[in-house]
Amino acid sequence: MTRPTRRRHVRRRTYALLGLAALACWFPLYWMFVVATTDTARATQLPPEIKPGGNFFHLAGLVFDTVPFVRSLINSLIVAGSIGVGQAVLCSLAGFAFAKLHFRGRNALFLVVVLTMTVPTQLAVIPQYMIISSLGWVDTLQALIVPGLASAFGIFWMRQYFTTTISDELLQAARIDGASTWQIFWRIAFPLVRPAAFVLGLFGFVTAWNDFLWPFIVLKSPDMYTVQIAIKALQNQYAVDLGLAMSGSFLATIPLLVLFVFVGRSMVAGIMDGAFKG
Amino acid sequence: MTTSLSPTLGRLPALSGSVGVRQRIVERIAPYAYIAPFFVVFGVFGLVPLLFTFYIALFDWNPIGEHTFIGLDNFTRLLHDDRFWNAAGNTLSIWVLSTVPQLLLALLLAHLLNHARLRFAVFFRMSMLVPYITSVAATAIVFAQLFDRDFGLLNWLLGHVGVGPIDFTQSRWGSYVLIAAMVMWRWFGYNTLLYLASLQAIPREVFEAAAVDGASGWQQFRHITVPSLRPIIVFTIVTSTIGGLQIFTEPLLLSRSAPLTCGPVRQCQTLTLFLYEQGFGQFQFGYGAAIGVALFVLVVVLALINYLLSTRIRREQR
Repeated sequence: MTRPTRRRHVRRRTYALLGLAALACWFPLYWMFVVATTDTARATQLPPEIKPGGNFFHLAGLVFDTVPFVRSLINSLIVAGSIGVGQAVLCSLAGFAFAKLHFRGRNALFLVVVLTMTVPTQLAVIPQYMIISSLGWVDTLQALIVPGLASAFGIFWMRQYFTTTISDELLQAARIDGASTWQIFWRIAFPLVRPAAFVLGLFGFVTAWNDFLWPFIVLKSPDMYTVQIAIKALQNQYAVDLGLAMSGSFLATIPLLVLFVFVGRSMVAGIMDGAFKG
Repeated sequence: MTTSLSPTLGRLPALSGSVGVRQRIVERIAPYAYIAPFFVVFGVFGLVPLLFTFYIALFDWNPIGEHTFIGLDNFTRLLHDDRFWNAAGNTLSIWVLSTVPQLLLALLLAHLLNHARLRFAVFFRMSMLVPYITSVAATAIVFAQLFDRDFGLLNWLLGHVGVGPIDFTQSRWGSYVLIAAMVMWRWFGYNTLLYLASLQAIPREVFEAAAVDGASGWQQFRHITVPSLRPIIVFTIVTSTIGGLQIFTEPLLLSRSAPLTCGPVRQCQTLTLFLYEQGFGQFQFGYGAAIGVALFVLVVVLALINYLLSTRIRREQR
C-alpha cells in the first residue's frame, strides 16, 4: 500500500538527476555563447557575467578578420561532407557484399575488417605523414578526406543492416529478372538501407568535422585550415581577447547544432541501434 | 544449370541466358570490387604505417636528413627517459580518472532513463548527445575558461564554500582533473545511450517480477541491470581504453605557453602528445616511432588484461 507514494518519490528524484545531467550537457555551450558575446573587460571580472552580452557581432567580426574563418568553414564542409557521403556509399557496398554475396575468402576477409577496429592507428601518425608527404598531399584537403573514407565499423554496421532487413527472396526475384549484381545493389538493396546509410554518414560527418590531430599535422597554410585548426589559431590570440577563441568555438559549433536539431533523433536512434546488434 | 558460372549472389541463381563473357567476368569480380576500397585505404593509411612504425623505430631517422640504423637504441633510450615514464603516468592517471566515474555515471543515468513512463524522454536522450557533437577543441577552450584560476565560474563557486582558488592548469592533479572532466563530459552521454539500448532489450517483466518479489531499486540494479549489461560494459571499457591512450587535443590546448609539453614541467603531457612533440616538434621520427611502438604494446597489454578479467568474471558467474 505504500508502493505508489514511494514510486512517485523516486520519480521526482529521477527527474531531478536527469535534469541535472541535461543541464551539464547544455551548460558549456551556453557558457561559450555568454563569453562569446561579452567584451573582455566584463568577462574578466567577479562575479562572472552569466547573461549573454550584446557583443556577439563585434567578436564574430574579429574572428573573421583574424583567421580566414569563412574559408575554414568551407574546408570543413568539403572534408566532412565528402567523408560522410563516401562512408555511406562505400560501407553500404562492402556491407552488401559481406551480407549477400558469396565469394572465396569472404569470412576471413570480414574477420580482418572486424580486427582492424581494434588497431589504434593514431600511434602511426609519423609514417602516415610520410606517406601523405610522398604523395604530395601535405597541406591539401584530400589528405584528410581519403584516409577518412574507410570505416571498419561502418562496414560491420551496414552488413548487420543488410542481413536483418533485406530478404534473399527479394534479391533472388531480381536476379531471375536478369538484373546484374550492381543493379541489384543500386536499384533494390541500397534504397532499402538508405536510412541506416544516412545515419552512418552523419556520424562520419560529425567525426570528421571535429577531428583535430590529423588536420593539425597535415595542414600548414591558413587557407587550408579546417575550423578546428582555426580555433587553435585563434587561441594563440587568447591573451589579447578572451572572447575571440570562444567566439570562434561557438561559430564552429553552430553548424553542427543546427544539423543536430534536425537529425539528432536519428543519431540517438543510430547509437542505440548499433548497441542492440553490436 | 549455370550455378558454377557466376557464384556472386549467394544462394541466388546466377545470371543466365544470353550473358556475354565480359558480363560474366564483371559479375565474378564484383564482390571483390565492392570491398576493395576499404582494404586499399586501410592498407595504405593504416596497416602500412603501423608496420612502418616498427621499422622506423630502429633508426635515427631525420625527416630531411640521414637515416642511420641503430637497432634497439631508441627503445633503451626510451626506457631510461623520465619524460616517457612521466607521460605514461599522466596518460594512465587521466584515463582512470575519466573512465571510472564516467561509466558509473552512464550506468546510473541509463537506469534512470529506462523508466517506462518517463516524460521528456526524447529531450533527455538528445541532450546526452550534445557534448558528442561539440568538438574537442571548442570543449577545451570553454573548459579552460570555466576552470580558470582568476575568473573561472568553478573557482568563483568554490570560493563561496571556502575552497581555492585552484590553479587547474599549473598543478599536476589539477590538470588531470580538468582533462578528465573534458573527456568525461564528451563521452558520458554517448555511453549512457549505449547502456540504455542494452537495458531496453531486457524484458520489462523481469524487473516487474523482481519488484513483486520485494527487490529494492538498488537490488534490481545490482542483480538484473549490471549482469545483463556486462557485454556492453566490456565493450565501452575497451573503446575508452583505446580512446584514453590517444588523448591529445585536450592537453595540447590546455597550456598556451608550452602547448607541446602541456605546461613547463610536462605536468599533463600524454603519450600521444609526447609522440607528437618528438616527431613533429623535434623532428626525431625514429624516437617518435619508438613511442608509437610503446603505445601499441600498452594497448595490447591492457586489451589482454581486459580479456582475461572479463572471461574470468564470466567463469565465476557460472
